[in-house]
Amino acid sequence: MQALDIDYMLGLVPVLLGYIPLTLGMATAAMVLALILGSLLAVERVVKVPVLDTLVMLFISFFRGTPLLVQLFLFYYGLPQVLSFLTQINGVTAAVMGLTLHFAAYMAESIRAAIIGVDRSQWEAAQSVGMTQTQMMRRIILPQAARVAAPTLVNYFIDMIKSTSLAFTLGVTEMMGATQKEAAGSFLYFEAFLVVAILYWIIVEALSQVQKLLETRLNKAFAR
Amino acid sequence: MIDVQGLSKRFGDTAVLNGIDLTINDGERIVVIGPSGTGKSTLLRCLNFLDMPESGRLRIGDLELDVAKAGKADILAVRRRTAFVFQNYALFANKTARENITEALIVVQKRSRIDAEARADEILRETGLADKADVYPAALSGGQQQRVGIGRAMALDTELMLFDEPTSALDPEWVGEVLDLMRRVAERRQTMLIVTHEMQFAREIADRVIFMEGGRIVEQGSPQQLFDHPQDPRTREFLKRVG
Repeated sequence: MQALDIDYMLGLVPVLLGYIPLTLGMATAAMVLALILGSLLAVERVVKVPVLDTLVMLFISFFRGTPLLVQLFLFYYGLPQVLSFLTQINGVTAAVMGLTLHFAAYMAESIRAAIIGVDRSQWEAAQSVGMTQTQMMRRIILPQAARVAAPTLVNYFIDMIKSTSLAFTLGVTEMMGATQKEAAGSFLYFEAFLVVAILYWIIVEALSQVQKLLETRLNKAFAR
Repeated sequence: MIDVQGLSKRFGDTAVLNGIDLTINDGERIVVIGPSGTGKSTLLRCLNFLDMPESGRLRIGDLELDVAKAGKADILAVRRRTAFVFQNYALFANKTARENITEALIVVQKRSRIDAEARADEILRETGLADKADVYPAALSGGQQQRVGIGRAMALDTELMLFDEPTSALDPEWVGEVLDLMRRVAERRQTMLIVTHEMQFAREIADRVIFMEGGRIVEQGSPQQLFDHPQDPRTREFLKRVG
């Protein structure tokens, strides 16, 4: 076994750090969009609008039932062939779109479960004071469901950050893509991928700390 | 004035309300008593559309409707003219005591935040909870939660306040403070329809007591008439059991 080229690894760190904004940017954009879409899908699954409900179920089933990589290829390489206006789509947009739809499908199910878990008395109290369905959801039910769903949703965010690495297959030079290029130049594959693995790991660990703060905040109302 | 005609409701094959006729005058305080499972709570819940009545007519002030044909807008209109106090308090768990009161004022009645908060603080003072304004329900005692629940209903200034066994879920030590607050609400001649098992309280504050059984109003009258000279054997039987 050969010794690790530590100097090479240390030298690689600042190079890869430069790609963190793109990696986190894609993950954050997709997370925000997936949260919005996932909440809408979840609310629909609870309220069950005729016809729309079938479409939503189909959507969730497809995006949970097929690999993310297949979905990304479908968007980036496949769709522009049938929808000509998509020919201009760049890898970053396609990746964010794919991550959004994929994770929205998963989040919808977690959020739906959390919504259903909100105590019946909360729904009745909101109805009794004359709130509309939308007011009730937005002001009373979703905030309480968020507390229950938060740990799971943060898990999805972690998964999403790691999944941005798939964007390199769409030609996006993000952290993984950059590592690939560096490694191809130096032939030090083990060192290069070890560095990028550790960087992902550190980002996720930092996020876990944020998760703790978030949970404390969301639990504020429920502390005795 | 509130006028209910032929209000009926079934759960599956069981008729829970069998054509209830009831006229409530402005400022009248009515207590509904009767064995459990006889439709008392369902009557209240139907008047707030928490349960959907199947047939009958309902008039609350200027609003009149056939409940079978009630659409979304009618349901909201009825809910906005009635306020509900729940047995299990049902405070918004994600809102402080003050926010529980301001919430509907701001969101439903479209009052300004300043206005709503001023009203809430006034109500918190009246209910003796001024020091609990920023406390969340989970940190309040049952009695305090129910006082906020009543405060939330008071703030809405509705034509009718519905109380669904407001003291039944309380530890005995908290019942007194909740009944005291209800007495104060009653003193303002707020129109109230109360389901309760507190017979002494009913005798004290009710203008009229209604005895229900089997989804029907069996007998009604002043507290003296109903408690001291019940006419119907079923009323006599019930009062003997609880008294």
